[in-house]
Amino acid sequence: MSSKDRILARIRRAASGPDSAVPRDYLRVHGARTPAESADLLAANLAEYRAKVHRTDEDGIALLLMRLLAERGSQTVLVPPALPPHWLAAADPVRIHDRAASTPAELDAVESVVTGCALAIAETGTIVLDAGPDQGRRRITLIPDHHICVVRVPEQLVDSVPQALERLDPTRPLTWISGPSATSDIELDRVEGVHGPRTLEVILLGAQ
Amino acid sequence: MTGTYLGMPAFPAFPEAAGEAVRDEVLRANLRHATHTIRDKRARAVAELEDWDRLRAAGKAIKDHTLRHLDCYLLQLEESVTAAGGTVHWAADADEANRIVTDLVRATGEREVVKVKSMATQEIGLNEALEAAGIAAYETDLAELIVQLGHDRPSHILVPAIHRNRGEIRDIFRSEMGSWGRPAPEGLGDDPRELAEAARLHLREKFLRAEVAVSGANFMVAETGTMVVFESEGNGRMCLTLPETLISVVGIEKVVPTFRDLEVFLQTLPRSSTAERMNPYTTMWTGTAAGDGPSAFHLVLLDNGRTDTLADETGRQALRCIRCSACLNVCPVYERAGGHAYGSVYPGPIGAILSPQLRGTGSEIDATLPYASTLCGACYEVCPVAIDIPEVLVHLRERVAQGGPVTREGIRVTLRPAHGHTAERAAMRAARLLLDRPGALRAGERLLARARRLAPRRLPGPGRAWTDTRALPAIPAESFRDWWTRERGTSQ
Ligand code: SF4
Repeated sequence: MSSKDRILARIRRAASGPDSAVPRDYLRVHGARTPAESADLLAANLAEYRAKVHRTDEDGIALLLMRLLAERGSQTVLVPPALPPHWLAAADPVRIHDRAASTPAELDAVESVVTGCALAIAETGTIVLDAGPDQGRRRITLIPDHHICVVRVPEQLVDSVPQALERLDPTRPLTWISGPSATSDIELDRVEGVHGPRTLEVILLGAQ
Repeated sequence: MTGTYLGMPAFPAFPEAAGEAVRDEVLRANLRHATHTIRDKRARAVAELEDWDRLRAAGKAIKDHTLRHLDCYLLQLEESVTAAGGTVHWAADADEANRIVTDLVRATGEREVVKVKSMATQEIGLNEALEAAGIAAYETDLAELIVQLGHDRPSHILVPAIHRNRGEIRDIFRSEMGSWGRPAPEGLGDDPRELAEAARLHLREKFLRAEVAVSGANFMVAETGTMVVFESEGNGRMCLTLPETLISVVGIEKVVPTFRDLEVFLQTLPRSSTAERMNPYTTMWTGTAAGDGPSAFHLVLLDNGRTDTLADETGRQALRCIRCSACLNVCPVYERAGGHAYGSVYPGPIGAILSPQLRGTGSEIDATLPYASTLCGACYEVCPVAIDIPEVLVHLRERVAQGGPVTREGIRVTLRPAHGHTAERAAMRAARLLLDRPGALRAGERLLARARRLAPRRLPGPGRAWTDTRALPAIPAESFRDWWTRERGTSQ
């Protein structure tokens, strides 16, 4: 008998008793908010995780990105394949494209990355990436030390985790990001950035 | 009967191990600071959600329903993972799981793997098995790195190096990093920032060249084949996305039916665990994705005593555990004894009920674990999937003291009662440990009405061995401490 059969047979002998229906009476969302209030909540929750939050509109994004990259001193920036070209129109850094043949070590030399997102969740201060063309492979938002993520509000903003799951496609690789990489492993002192980007900047686009 | 291996060889019974820990002042100070900090933060994070009780009830029901139909959901999971490009393996016990993983690593031709913290692989002693096969396994979670470099064992589910302070960590990094890879920077100090930076540099070289990674998973979705890993540091993302081959070893109880079910645990796990609204990173992947992440994905489904636990109607609720560690942080016994005293990778209240079920109560440590509690009930109150730990503890004490039917490796057997003096000794020593140092216990100690209901004619807890031979006056409304003081005539 294979282990699979053995395990399944054991389960069938063991699993007994009544079934339980799953109560779904928990809330779909905690509280009612206007889109502006949702954006404020997202910003506040992200800031609490020590992410930096900026707001601008389509006209201002190129200058804002230029400024953020300059302040950081980044000479190189990773760019996903379908990032709107005008976003980086004003920025100086050399654009680096993530090719299948790029090694992690090559990407490690890049200083910043700019991406869009699939959606953001106000109540938890989370941005979710689904590897869409304006976000790129998972590794590009992981290896550089500086990640700038653009969230279109209100279109990409939801209030709650249940609302987020409804909109996500589980067959795509999903990365949920709530603030920069952090650890509390040493005497519970929070330290930002162990392995992932140590600086996360989020731009709320459209929220002026 | 071979007994289920839980990653640690024979350890002294809980009272001895705990006694040692209690005498270690540094350890106790570290633990006290840590558990109190997390527990206070957690209470605030939970209070923020007005529907917490409903989320908790839903989490419990999702897990119970899944366990009731575990065969169906595992088969569905296998189908979805396979359809998404992954390969599923079934492992009945630790040896088989280790063999499967070792063979998979060998087939890649690699001699090293990076690992993201996984209790399942600790449980089966995978690192040791790989080492025996000439394969180096590098732990990449900061705390696990501290533990591994310190030739130590984890002592907490969430913060495995909770027993180490910054000075100790600096010393470990200075003396050990060099022999595992990039050495610690010259003149490394004990500031947590500096220490984290040293770990970043040390591990990055490993991440960037790693071809094979080993992980666990917090959840597996039957409907879609989606695997879910919660983490904070990014070491998880490194392991899950950079290597060519990813091998995940996951307990069969980690499956949930639908993608939607995650909406419950994504809300309850981070708040119960790190007291955050959300942990910094959660990765979800479904099989393999073209051009993004590992091109080979293997899922090893692990039984290792879980089906035996499922066969016990009272004890099976332990399989609902989502490893948040909230119960550790509120436990007065854990706070004093530390995680090592529990003699398995599962410390604290959950360890006290899980290990003796996964391994059986044959060894001395497993026979004493059900006594490693005051039955104060705090663990039940905080548990996000409402595991009634005190109920299971009382049930397991009964099993140790009286014997009875249990399932071991799928076979129904009848345990003989422990020799009267064994159970009595265990109870006595556990009680002495707890009662000799009353400070931390005073606040929370009470015998639950629930526990009394379950054993109306006998005292639950360390008193049981005596009440078998003495008449116990009516159901005691008093605490165990009061009873003890009266019965044994000792004063605090
Ligand atoms: S038993 Fe409950 S509180 Fe303890 S670790 Fe498991 S889920 Fe968390």
